[in-house]
Amino acid sequence: MDITVTVNGRQIKATVEPVTLLVTWLRETLGLTGTHIACDTSQCGACTIHVGGRSVKSCTMLAVEADGAELVTIEGLAGPDALHPMQQAFHEHHGLQCGFCTPGMVMSAVDLAKTIPDASEAEIRAWLKGNLCRCTGYQNIVKAVRAGAAALRNS
Amino acid sequence: MAQDGIGAAVRRREDRRFLTGRGKYVHDIVLPRQLHAVFLRSPHAHAEIVAIDTAAAAASPDVVAVFTADDVAGLNGVPCAWGIAGKDGRPMKEPKHPLLASGKVRHVGDPVAMIVAESVAAAKNAAERIAIEYRALPAVTEVAEAAKPGAPQLYADVPGNLCCDWAVGDAAATAAAFAKAHHVAKLDLVNTRLVPNAMEPRAALADYEPATGDFTLYTTTQLPHVARVLIGVLMLGIPERKLRVVAPDVGGGFGSKQVVYCEEGLVTWAAGRLGRPVKWVAERSEAFVSDAQGRDHVTHAELALDRDGKFLGLRVSTLANIGGYVSTFGPNIPTNLYGPLLAGVYTTPAIYCEVKVMFTNTVPTDAYRGAGRPEATYVLERLVDVAARDLDLDRVDIRRRNFIPANAFPYQTPVMLHYDTGDHEATLAKALELSRWSGFAERRRAAAARGRLRGIGIVTYIEACGLAPSRIAQQLGARGGLFESANVRVNPSGDVTVFTGAHNHGQGHETVFAQLVGELLGVPSDSVEIVHGDTARSPFGLGTYGSRSAAVGGAAIAKAVGKIIDKGRKIAGHLLEASEQDIEFKEGYFGVAGTDRRKSFAEIAGAAYTPPPSYPLETLEPGLEETAFYDPVNFTFPGGCHVAEVEIDPTTGALEVVSYVAVDDVGTVLNPMIVEGQIHGGVVQGLGQALGENCVYDRANGQLLTGSFMDYCMPRADDLPNIVVATQSTPSRHNPIGVKGCGEVGTIASPATLMNAVVDALAEYGIVHVDMPASPQRLWQAIQTAVPRRAAQ
Repeated sequence: MDITVTVNGRQIKATVEPVTLLVTWLRETLGLTGTHIACDTSQCGACTIHVGGRSVKSCTMLAVEADGAELVTIEGLAGPDALHPMQQAFHEHHGLQCGFCTPGMVMSAVDLAKTIPDASEAEIRAWLKGNLCRCTGYQNIVKAVRAGAAALRNS
Repeated sequence: MAQDGIGAAVRRREDRRFLTGRGKYVHDIVLPRQLHAVFLRSPHAHAEIVAIDTAAAAASPDVVAVFTADDVAGLNGVPCAWGIAGKDGRPMKEPKHPLLASGKVRHVGDPVAMIVAESVAAAKNAAERIAIEYRALPAVTEVAEAAKPGAPQLYADVPGNLCCDWAVGDAAATAAAFAKAHHVAKLDLVNTRLVPNAMEPRAALADYEPATGDFTLYTTTQLPHVARVLIGVLMLGIPERKLRVVAPDVGGGFGSKQVVYCEEGLVTWAAGRLGRPVKWVAERSEAFVSDAQGRDHVTHAELALDRDGKFLGLRVSTLANIGGYVSTFGPNIPTNLYGPLLAGVYTTPAIYCEVKVMFTNTVPTDAYRGAGRPEATYVLERLVDVAARDLDLDRVDIRRRNFIPANAFPYQTPVMLHYDTGDHEATLAKALELSRWSGFAERRRAAAARGRLRGIGIVTYIEACGLAPSRIAQQLGARGGLFESANVRVNPSGDVTVFTGAHNHGQGHETVFAQLVGELLGVPSDSVEIVHGDTARSPFGLGTYGSRSAAVGGAAIAKAVGKIIDKGRKIAGHLLEASEQDIEFKEGYFGVAGTDRRKSFAEIAGAAYTPPPSYPLETLEPGLEETAFYDPVNFTFPGGCHVAEVEIDPTTGALEVVSYVAVDDVGTVLNPMIVEGQIHGGVVQGLGQALGENCVYDRANGQLLTGSFMDYCMPRADDLPNIVVATQSTPSRHNPIGVKGCGEVGTIASPATLMNAVVDALAEYGIVHVDMPASPQRLWQAIQTAVPRRAAQ
C-alpha cells in the first residue's frame, strides 16, 4: 500500500506491506534505529514516538495507519548537533544508564511536558508507567522529567 | 583532586549517543546480504522428540536452511564455565547441553530447530511448517517436587535430578552450637524465580569471510572474551584468532548476558556454513523462555541463640533450582555465592549450609543481579527478625549484639570469607537517623488512625564482590582465571586510549574509567578515551559481572597506568639529566625532586614517540603503552544498612512503600552520581521481587504462566518511592583504588528489607513470615488466614 508520511520534517512516499508495524518500518526501511523494540505486548514503551505531536507506541500502529501523519522520532527531536531541553535534562540528572529505554522515555516525557506543563511528581510517575526501565529505578528519570519540563516552561 | 577526577559527579559521556537515538545495539547493525534466523522452541516442558519433518519448511519461500539436532551433532554443547564439587568431593553432574534439543526437550522454550531465511517473516512462516512429533512426559518444575522420590527424571544418568549435593561449613561444630542453645529460631521460606528482563532483548549477528576463514560475532554479551572462548573454541572449534566477538552497546545485562547461549553459537556456525551473515533478535516472549533466570530456592533455616540473643550457630538447608541444563555459571550461584555469605555481618561462630542443586523442567537459572547474595541476605535477615520476635528483642538491638565490631577487621568468618574492612555500626547509625527510626511508633499510630497497617523493616548486610581472586575461584570450581586486563596507550600527542576487558552496558565505564585515568595521570579526563567490548581491540579480559568492573577492571587500569608512570620516569630522567630515582610524578608533571626542572606528561609522551638525541634507544624502548593484568588478592566486601517503611490497607492487601533508606559502604566512590544511580536501580530491582515479580510455571504441565510483561509484574514508575541514598565508606584494602563495588548492593539488601517491613506491618495478626512477592492478593490472604486464627486464640 502506498503511504505519504512526514518523518522528522521530511516527506516520504513509500509502499509498505499492510502487515508491517510502524516501528518495523521506521527501523528497517528508514534506518531510524533509535526507536527500540523491547517487548511484543505494547507494555514497555521503548518504541514511543510522536504522531501528530502526541506520544504513541509505534508497535501499536501499522505503517499504513501513519499515512498522512507527521512523525517525530528521537533522531528528529533536536537538530543534529543540539539536545532538546528534555534530552539535556536526562543527561544532567543521570536519567539513563544502558540507554535502551531512553528514546521512548524522552519522547513520552516531551509529550507529558506539553500536556501537563507543571506536572507533579505523582503525575510524572503515573504518566511514565507505560515506559519500563530496568536500570535506573525511575528516580533520576522522574527528576530529569521535572527539570526538563521546567526548562521547557521557561523557554 | 582534579575537577573531573576521582570523586567528581562527572556527567556521562556515553549519554549523548543514547539520548539522540544513535546508540548502536546489535539489533541496529545491518550487514549486506544478511539472513535472519528464527528458533522453533519446544511447547512442552518435558517430552521425547519422536520425529521431526523439516521438508515443508525447507521448501518454503525465501528459506535458505533448516537445522535440527542432527545437523549440529558434530558440535559440542553449551559449555559450563564453573564446575562445582559435592560434599563427597565428587564433581557435579553435567549432562551435555546440546545446541539444539536432541532426543528430548527439557523445558518450554528449549530450541529444537533453527530456520534461516531471507526475512524474519519468511523464517517464522516456515517454522510453522515444521512437523514435530513429541511424546509428552510428566514434567517437574518445582524444586521441592523434583527432590521427591518418584519425581519425573530429566536425565537417565542423574538419579533424583540431583546435580550436586553441596555444603559449606562445619556440621559438627554447628550441631554442638545448637546443642547448647537457649533458643532456636526457625524459618521456612521460598526465594522466588525471577526473569532478569534487561530492556534490550538478546541478539546475535555473525559474519563469515570465506577468503580468510575469519568469523565476526556481534552479540549482546557482558563478557566478549569469555564468549569467544566458550563459543569459538569450546562450542564450535573455531580458534580464538579466527573469531572476533564484538559486544557493542548492550542494553542492560544483570547477569543474563554473562551467560553464553546456544543461539550465539548457532548463528556463528550457520554464517560459516551458509557463507552469509546470519542475524537473530529475540522477541520478549522468547526471552521469557530462553534467557537464563534467577533465584528459585526453597530453604529451611535455623538460628541457635544464647540467653542474651547472641548467635551461636546457623544451619541452613536449601534446594536450589537450576533448571533443565547446567548454565554457564549456574552451579556457582546457589553454592559458592550463597553459603559463604550466610555469616553476614555477625560473629556467628558456627555455620553449616547444605544445598541440593536440582534439575527441573524449567529455563536454566544463572547469575541474576546479586547472584546468590540476595538469597543469603534474605535467609539470614528474615531469620534474625524471627529470632528477635521469638525472644522479644528489639530488631536493632539483636543485630548490634551480634555485629562484627569495626575493630575486629580483618575478620575471618567460619564459612571461607575473609572480610577486610567495614563499620556496620556506622552504617546502621546513619540509616537509623535518615529513616527517623525512633519516630516510627508515632507514624504507626497515625497510620492506624487512617486504617492502615504501617511497618518498618531493617537489614544489615554484607556481600562479596569484585569477582574474583583466580586462585580461590579455581579452588571453588572456576574453569578459568578471574583477573581483569587493561591496556593503556598514550598517543604521541599525549592523549590516552584505554582498552579494558570490562564491558559497559549501562554502568558508565566510559566516564568513570576516564576519571580514574585522568586523576592518576594528572590530565583532564576528557583527554582519555575508553575502549571496550571488542576482542580485536582489548586484551583478554573477563568482562563485567559481580560488581567487578571498578574493583578488578579499575585496578587493572590503575596498574597499567603505574607502568606508564614508571616508564615516563625513566624517559624524564634522561631528558632532565637526572637519576630515575630522583624523578617525581605529580599532577601531570615529571620533575626532578627539589628543583623546578620538570616535563609535562605530554612532553614525555612526545619524547617516547619522537625520541630526542638524549633518548637512550639502546636501553629504553620508544613508545608509551602498557598492559596490565590484575588479579585481586581477595574479594571486596561492600555492606551497609537499609530501612524500608510500608503501609498496608488490610481491607485490600494493597501495599505502599512509604520510604526507603539505603546506607551503603561501597569503598572509594569514583563518581557519586553514578554510584547513586546504581543503588537506585539495584534497590528497585530487589523491590521488584519483593513487590510483584514472580516467574510461575504451571505445576501440572510445566507451562510458563508469566511469559510476558502483561503477566510478569515488572516495577513501574508509579509503584515506587524516592530512595534516600547515602554512602559511608571504608576503603577496601583488597585493591589499589579502595573501591568495593556498587552494582549489586541495592538488590542484595532490598528484598529482605521490604519483607521485614511487611511482616512488621502484619505483626499484630501474629504473622511471622510472608513469602515474596508481597502482592495485594498474598497479603490479603495472609490477613484473612490470620484473623480467624487470632480470634480462636
